[in-house]
Amino acid sequence: MSAPTYDLGKLHGGLRLPAHKAQSTTETVQVVPIPPQLYLPITQHVGEPAQPVVNIGDRVLKGQAIAEPDGEMGAPVHASSSGTVVGIEQWPVSGRYGDRAPCIVIDCDGKDEAMPRTAVADYRSLDPAEVLLRVLDGGIVGLGGAVFPTAQKLMQARTLETEYLILNGVECEPYISCDDSLMRERAGDILSGAQVLMHALRIDACYVVVESDKPEALQSLGEALGELGDERIVLKQVPTIYPSGGEDQLVQLVTNRQVPSGGLPTDVGCLVQNVGTAAAVHDWIVDNEPLISRITTVTGDGITNPMNVLARIGTPVGDVVEFTGGYADRAEHLFIGGPLTGKSVSTDRVPLVKATNCILAVFKSSFAGRELPCIRCGDCAAVCPVQLLPQQLFWYACADNEQKLREFGLTDCIECGCCDLVCPSHIPLTADFRIAKGRILELADEKARAERARHRFESRNERLEKERQEREAELARQKESAKEAGPAAIAEILKRKKQRSEDD
Amino acid sequence: MWTAVITIAALALIAGLALSYASRRLPPASGDLVEQVNELLPQTQCAQCGYPGCRPYAAAIVDDAATINLCPPGGEDTVRRLANLLGRPVLPLAEHVEPAVAVIDESSCIGCVHCRNACPVDAIVGAHQLMHTVIESECTGCELCVAPCPVDCISMRPLR
Repeated sequence: MSAPTYDLGKLHGGLRLPAHKAQSTTETVQVVPIPPQLYLPITQHVGEPAQPVVNIGDRVLKGQAIAEPDGEMGAPVHASSSGTVVGIEQWPVSGRYGDRAPCIVIDCDGKDEAMPRTAVADYRSLDPAEVLLRVLDGGIVGLGGAVFPTAQKLMQARTLETEYLILNGVECEPYISCDDSLMRERAGDILSGAQVLMHALRIDACYVVVESDKPEALQSLGEALGELGDERIVLKQVPTIYPSGGEDQLVQLVTNRQVPSGGLPTDVGCLVQNVGTAAAVHDWIVDNEPLISRITTVTGDGITNPMNVLARIGTPVGDVVEFTGGYADRAEHLFIGGPLTGKSVSTDRVPLVKATNCILAVFKSSFAGRELPCIRCGDCAAVCPVQLLPQQLFWYACADNEQKLREFGLTDCIECGCCDLVCPSHIPLTADFRIAKGRILELADEKARAERARHRFESRNERLEKERQEREAELARQKESAKEAGPAAIAEILKRKKQRSEDD
Repeated sequence: MWTAVITIAALALIAGLALSYASRRLPPASGDLVEQVNELLPQTQCAQCGYPGCRPYAAAIVDDAATINLCPPGGEDTVRRLANLLGRPVLPLAEHVEPAVAVIDESSCIGCVHCRNACPVDAIVGAHQLMHTVIESECTGCELCVAPCPVDCISMRPLR
């Protein structure tokens, strides 16, 4: 068994936050029953929406692909239980872009009939490229919250020199404990998933990283590692500081390498995957079950019995909360995701999706203070884990100065929310930065459009000019040939005509 | 002391002559400025400013022949950026146009190619006697195809 190690890099800034995790980890993970209806958004990943491949009225089985990826970036969506497709329609979701999205609605028959299992070959006997293709079919996305399609992430990593696979079990955001529960109960599956990933990437070093406030998870992983006896996998423990679980931050902590601005961990030879993703890879590659359920934390002071539950993807959040025992009387705000990076929703009809790591109901929102002018105290810069200057960014975001925002690295902001928490003026900095980021993207898009239009305009003018020249050249050539052949040809025609009239 | 005064005066004279010669004979830097102004324009080539394209309008702005608020597709943002670049006051936009794309009612199209020839960015495809259509992603919403259509089958659809 490898002991947790401490030879770590240093993280700039960050905060030690009250964890609020104990309340949801007292019990083991409970299984939520199949709901009467499942709502499966066709966009549960970064990239193009998946295209539905079922029709209304079709009967579907558990694990059947009901939407296939369209375009380069995407992941399929699978039916989480058996039943009949009753609708493909707009439904409230907790997405980052907009409050409604097209969902496939399945009326469950309760039989939970699964697709006939195809015999799966042992992944070790398969070529890594084949394993990657299989990962693509499993609908697996990054379960840490970013929902980047795992297959594409692995394929990108394959094209570069990757040395380390880092499994992220840090889960640093307060309240959330779904990865903690997963590591306690399914450590073996996580490590097996890690082995699959290492095989697919042809790398021989894997760090499993866990925060120091999760001794049970560390112990369980340690035991599983002892049983497995795989020396390529090393367990590492990192101090409990938010946001050490951010991808780039984790790489810095574990390997002491800094991910360049605008770059990815693969630029410094690392690939980070959430522990949940690794378990999902194990489920699909080894057990042939696609991503149709996940562990999520239902917690907050607005929940009667906080706990971790295993729920089918597509279960309405309201049903999940009801299963745990319902809302407390004083519940006021509902968040999907954690208190810092989550999104507030207005209805609990939204379905649980692949990204839903936490359902948080709280009595009062954490940002209760009234917004006051910035006093330029610099506290935000001290805690920023990316070493940005939030006060300057805020200044330029207000002025809508795109160029300066870029110069000051807005695009590197990981939206962790540390600056919001320490701001004595209660300025919602992260929210402002999100808006500014959208604005920068929009401007870049406009610029690209203008550039393309100009290019098309110029090439059209070039083409017209060329056509004109060709026409003129042709005309000149005709004139020339008319001049040359002219008199003789006319005499010839006249002669023929005369002959014909004589014949008549 | 006089040597020093004369030397400095001579140097100043030479430098002054060289500078005045350079400013008269060397080409002005406004070519770059026209490019910079052109960069800020939305490149719809719609001629709604009264000039036959974005670059001619940019040249007119630099020559002070046109005001900076004549570009409806660019909107107020473009006016603001132009004002910033040129150090001129921000003017209210002369005319407001919502972003839109052209849509051909394909059932009425007679295949006359007039619209195709009018499109400044080649965003209309079609051949003689055959139905035409607009490539939506390339359409800049300039409306130049609307007037030439003999059967009025082109309409502008707002983008948002």
